[in-house]
Amino acid sequence: MPGAWTRKDLLGLEDLSKEELELILATAESFKEVSTREIKKVPALRGKTVVNLFYEPSTRTRVSFEIAAKRLSADVINIASETSSVRKGETLIDTGRNIEALKVDIIVVRHNYSGAAVMLARHVRASVINAGDGWHEHPTQALLDVFTLKEKLGRIAGLNVSIVGDIAHSRVARSNIWGLTKLGAHVTVCAPQMLIPPAIEQMGVKVTNDIDEALRNADAVNVLRMQFERDEENAFPKQLEYFKNFGITKERLEKAKKDIIVMHPGPLNRGIEISSEIADGANSVILEQVTNGIAVRMAALFLVAQANENITHEDTD
Amino acid sequence: MKILIKNGHVIDPVNNIDGIYDILVENDKISEVAKNITTSADNIIDAADKIVMPGIVDMHVHLREPGREDKETITTGTMAALRGGVTSILAMPNTQPAIDCAENVELLKSIINKTAKANVFICAAITKERLGKELTDILKLKREGIVAISDDGSSVDNDELMLPALQKAKEQDILVISHCEDKLLSAGGAVNLGIISTRLGLRGIARESEYKRVERDLKLAEKAKARLHIAHVSCKESVELIAKAKKKGIKVTAEVTPHHFSLNEEAVLGFDTNMKMNPPLRNKDDLAALKEGLKNGIIDAIASDHAPHTENEKEIEFERAEFGVIGLETELAVSITELVKTGLLDWLDLAKKLCLNPARILGINKGTLGAGCDADILVVSPDKEWVVQKAEFVSKSKNSAFLGKKLTGAVEYTICNGRTAYKNPDLG
Repeated sequence: MPGAWTRKDLLGLEDLSKEELELILATAESFKEVSTREIKKVPALRGKTVVNLFYEPSTRTRVSFEIAAKRLSADVINIASETSSVRKGETLIDTGRNIEALKVDIIVVRHNYSGAAVMLARHVRASVINAGDGWHEHPTQALLDVFTLKEKLGRIAGLNVSIVGDIAHSRVARSNIWGLTKLGAHVTVCAPQMLIPPAIEQMGVKVTNDIDEALRNADAVNVLRMQFERDEENAFPKQLEYFKNFGITKERLEKAKKDIIVMHPGPLNRGIEISSEIADGANSVILEQVTNGIAVRMAALFLVAQANENITHEDTD
Repeated sequence: MKILIKNGHVIDPVNNIDGIYDILVENDKISEVAKNITTSADNIIDAADKIVMPGIVDMHVHLREPGREDKETITTGTMAALRGGVTSILAMPNTQPAIDCAENVELLKSIINKTAKANVFICAAITKERLGKELTDILKLKREGIVAISDDGSSVDNDELMLPALQKAKEQDILVISHCEDKLLSAGGAVNLGIISTRLGLRGIARESEYKRVERDLKLAEKAKARLHIAHVSCKESVELIAKAKKKGIKVTAEVTPHHFSLNEEAVLGFDTNMKMNPPLRNKDDLAALKEGLKNGIIDAIASDHAPHTENEKEIEFERAEFGVIGLETELAVSITELVKTGLLDWLDLAKKLCLNPARILGINKGTLGAGCDADILVVSPDKEWVVQKAEFVSKSKNSAFLGKKLTGAVEYTICNGRTAYKNPDLG
């Protein structure tokens, strides 16, 4: 069994060791069973308060955290600042301190700016879990992807995993790259060149612009959502052209390994990055990912809460 | 009023002095530099084991007044300068209002005359309101006593405006200082474009945004035969372009900031907004090129680009935070730590980069310790180690890139215009 978890926060996978990653996965495994019980609840976080502080619209991640917290018997408050208190003039740090003044134990934060969770964590004693910050990291999404893969294939080390889509603007891609490479997988990223961020091979991945090459030896493919709605820079090729060149289709998968695992963080753009028959087909584990998200988030909530109890706090400034 | 500085290791690049001497100050001038001066004085400073060098001439400082007195004032900025050993400042014109006409220079001069604690020289804008649309009246500005023009913070994008600006500056023998940035190439970026911007998920600032503009400005300066000074050089290619231009005889000089030669882009990991500045911290190869440029003379000067910002503007999400860091109080110590203690520069070189060269570039009579010169003198404790503490900054803003860093070399006395203007409470 790996060593103890000592971090007050879960901000990203870049900073985590292999042992810490394994510890979260093992903890998630033990929590997974809770959701299969008739009474889906354990008292692990009874008396704790969790705030979901979401500055970006999100349903699935927010609901997943809420269910995870409730299955651990925590009290959950949702704050959706989609209209953004930034516009009302309150800074993120002030918002965080106000939430903390309500004696909250864990703040789960989703923010459109990279680094927001890191900054918040520096200024509050409460635990902070990053539920996605800008293009930076989305650690629990990557953990549930890794968890699902491990569950399906029994291991991570040595697997060939391809991540396809808008790598440049994807926090899911970054967290997956850190998590997978630390656990010994071989990661390939695949996208049109304009959606590959500079120097990404220094993160320990292979880069290709050829989808067939990305699929050829892959044990799994993680298909990212193409966020055409965020196309501020006009960088995206036309949707249909994208589907033609990078979409995951039956024809393409016929050339790949027969048992290739197909993952997607959702929500799906059917017919843009993935065809319906693949999304709903035998290789797809998309709904299992959603189920596993609860176990992984239970693990994250539990570990940070436990670690924070053991930290003697000095001034957080 | 007489001050006698005894037995210091005197560094004066103009007179090639690098040895133990005494310096006598009478009123606001240096009256004698010699061995064993024996005379009575109102104040005798024992400078044994100390470096005695000219006061620093920092040719890139944002004093923020008028307009943003919440960030810095001319009083607080010049007091910070004195703590850092800076006795002369070139004040950048991006104030509110911008220093773009005779009336605004008058306004600034009146504040300086009333409140400055060190020498403040004025840099006016190249274009009205620094908007890059219409040239300022360089002749009128020169009559008001400005020593350079710059739209610092922005580059003049339009070649057809920058060329006449350089030509007029040439006619009036005024230095043009260029902030080299093509905003089309840097647009929206917060950190250097590369592996660090990729890891952090931040928009990157391409190095081309700087050096392509350096290249353009060098061409235009050559055409106009004007004196051009490149501000805050951050990348290798810029150094190479300046080297070539100098070889060709183009009248170009360049400065580097202490943060650009001592910190690389990895300092941004962790999203510390005190590591956010423009141009951004670059990579290790760039640092090596900047240091080499200082050593071989391609880079003439060290300047702080002192850019005070309030906590409200810095303690926010990285991409929303203001660009820039303060530097007046740390530039000498960072330079000693990174350049002298590492053996890259000797003290004479350092005095050229910090004092003499900027004075010569600006055409002001500063930066040397010759008899008859203005008595702007530093007594520096060269081996004193200290840790940069937020609470100790004199500057109104605390946005330093060196918070918590241990530095070597501290100012013990700053003499400005013949007056002991700063004495380090921890020394002497």
